[in-house]
Amino acid sequence: MDFIITFLNGLSLGGVYALIALGYTMVYGIAKMLNFAHGDIIMVGGYVLFVFVGLTGEPILAIILAAFLCMLIGISMEKAAYKPLRGASPLAVLITAIGVSYFLQSLAQIIFGAAPKFVVIADLGTITLGSLVIPVYSIVTLVVSILIMIGLSLFIKFTKTGRAMIAVSEDKAAAQIMGINVNNIITVTFLIGSFLAAIASVFYLLKAPNISPTFGSKPGIKAFTAAVIGGIGSIPGAMLGGFLLGIVEVFSNSVPQIAPYTDAIEFLILIIILLVRPTGILGKKRREKV
Amino acid sequence: MALLEVKDISVYYGVIQALKGISFEVEEGEIVALIGANGAGKTTTMQAIMGLIHPKTGSIYYNGERIDNIPTHKIVKMGMSEVPEGRHVFQELTVYENLMMGAYTVKNKEKIKEDVQEIFKLFPRLEERRNQIAGTLSGGEQQMLAISRALMSHPKLLLLDEPSMGLSPLLVNEVFDIVKHIHQEGTTILIVEQNAEKALQIADKAYVLETGNIILKGTGKELRDNDDVKKAYLGG
Ligand SMILES: Nc1ncnc2c1ncn2[C@@H]1O[C@H](COP(=O)(O)OP(=O)(O)OP(=O)(O)O)[C@@H](O)[C@H]1O
Ligand SMILES: [Mg+2]
Repeated sequence: MDFIITFLNGLSLGGVYALIALGYTMVYGIAKMLNFAHGDIIMVGGYVLFVFVGLTGEPILAIILAAFLCMLIGISMEKAAYKPLRGASPLAVLITAIGVSYFLQSLAQIIFGAAPKFVVIADLGTITLGSLVIPVYSIVTLVVSILIMIGLSLFIKFTKTGRAMIAVSEDKAAAQIMGINVNNIITVTFLIGSFLAAIASVFYLLKAPNISPTFGSKPGIKAFTAAVIGGIGSIPGAMLGGFLLGIVEVFSNSVPQIAPYTDAIEFLILIIILLVRPTGILGKKRREKV
Repeated sequence: MALLEVKDISVYYGVIQALKGISFEVEEGEIVALIGANGAGKTTTMQAIMGLIHPKTGSIYYNGERIDNIPTHKIVKMGMSEVPEGRHVFQELTVYENLMMGAYTVKNKEKIKEDVQEIFKLFPRLEERRNQIAGTLSGGEQQMLAISRALMSHPKLLLLDEPSMGLSPLLVNEVFDIVKHIHQEGTTILIVEQNAEKALQIADKAYVLETGNIILKGTGKELRDNDDVKKAYLGG
């Protein structure tokens, strides 16, 4: 019985990792950069929730505002910090991203202080099915993240903008020749990634209602690991990597003897997968036909 | 006023100068060929016209408007389109989805549908492979797809960068027939070719590019009869 609950919790954490990993992987695929500040968007979402749940007591309104403000910050960061570096060396972009990450964390610390803030969005409680006591947030998280992923997949496959995203990620110059404005597509990508990060912040706070300036670091690193495991640049890869990592993490944490080593186990999995498949599980090698 | 005017452009890759101040014109309704050896700067010229790279000096005018400093997607909207060297079809998308990408700037959905039917009439082999992933097409099929995709935006000026590269002789003929057909339908064409023989046959006007300079120009016939051209590009 414990197994079922653990499995459900693993899937649910995996869904959250997948949402965040999608942000990393889509930005990587389309803008060809690692946005190390992506995790900090989750933190921004957390503080927006803290402020607006506190002010209004309306969780739904606060969630909408969090999504909106995260998207705003996401595209501002792209326009201000990354866009001027289009065409610069990858190292310069990477260092800038780390700088943006510190900037957001420091800003949060100046505004809200270093001590954690407490914010209860909602207490969803548990439901009992026979002998199973299931935390409702796990179910909500899993269901909502799966729905969002389905929606995102449909968007990418069937809309003009979605297909343009595939085109840009595959071949930027060819996409431009089609008349695609690559800057617009990059903006859309940051919007989507930031939206997903905002949703992730809701799920995190449903589970543990504390928020601090470094709130986004750990989920950011974990989700980035998930994206690399799945194959960075691959959308199904980010989903697979997310679920895989979530399940491993929750199962590992459920055994007291190995729980302290959970992070090490996860990164070990990363290393092993990269040794066996350097492009990640679903990452593809470039095919070129001349 | 020529449809396309390239005026004294030079392009650098770092310190390497790939184009050393070249000028040429394409009049509306013409087929203009650009020939030259490997590394002469043909692709660089095409990319500069498409706005994928920006010349350091000189200017490019299309329809009287200066375009050398505007982004590619705007140039495409002005009625230019390219079949790039090496095809560059979207490998992960199907044949049909590739055509849709070609129609990215077209708003009218009905028109797009009609255009796809037109394309399939011109290339029945693509219709049979409508839902095949482009990366699994043969090289020749990919070239047909790249040409079709470029036509979907109804370009006024079509740039073709080595459309016959890597094709069997029979297919080369087919590609040149298609180029002639597209031209007859009213599209102006700028073509880059290693196959100088074929290109000069269909060209109204041609330029010979050598290490970043235009060293010769003339009508297709003049250049075919030119001894230097014969020696260097037509195999004696
Ligand atoms: N991205 C680049 N970086 C550095 N040098 C480049 C780049 N692209 C082209 N060059 C150089 O510029 C010169 C012209 O190249 P270009 O591709 O325009 O030649 P080309 O005439 O199209 O040749 P080919 O017939 O082989 O396609 C070459 O010397 C090439 O090495
Ligand atoms: Mg070339």
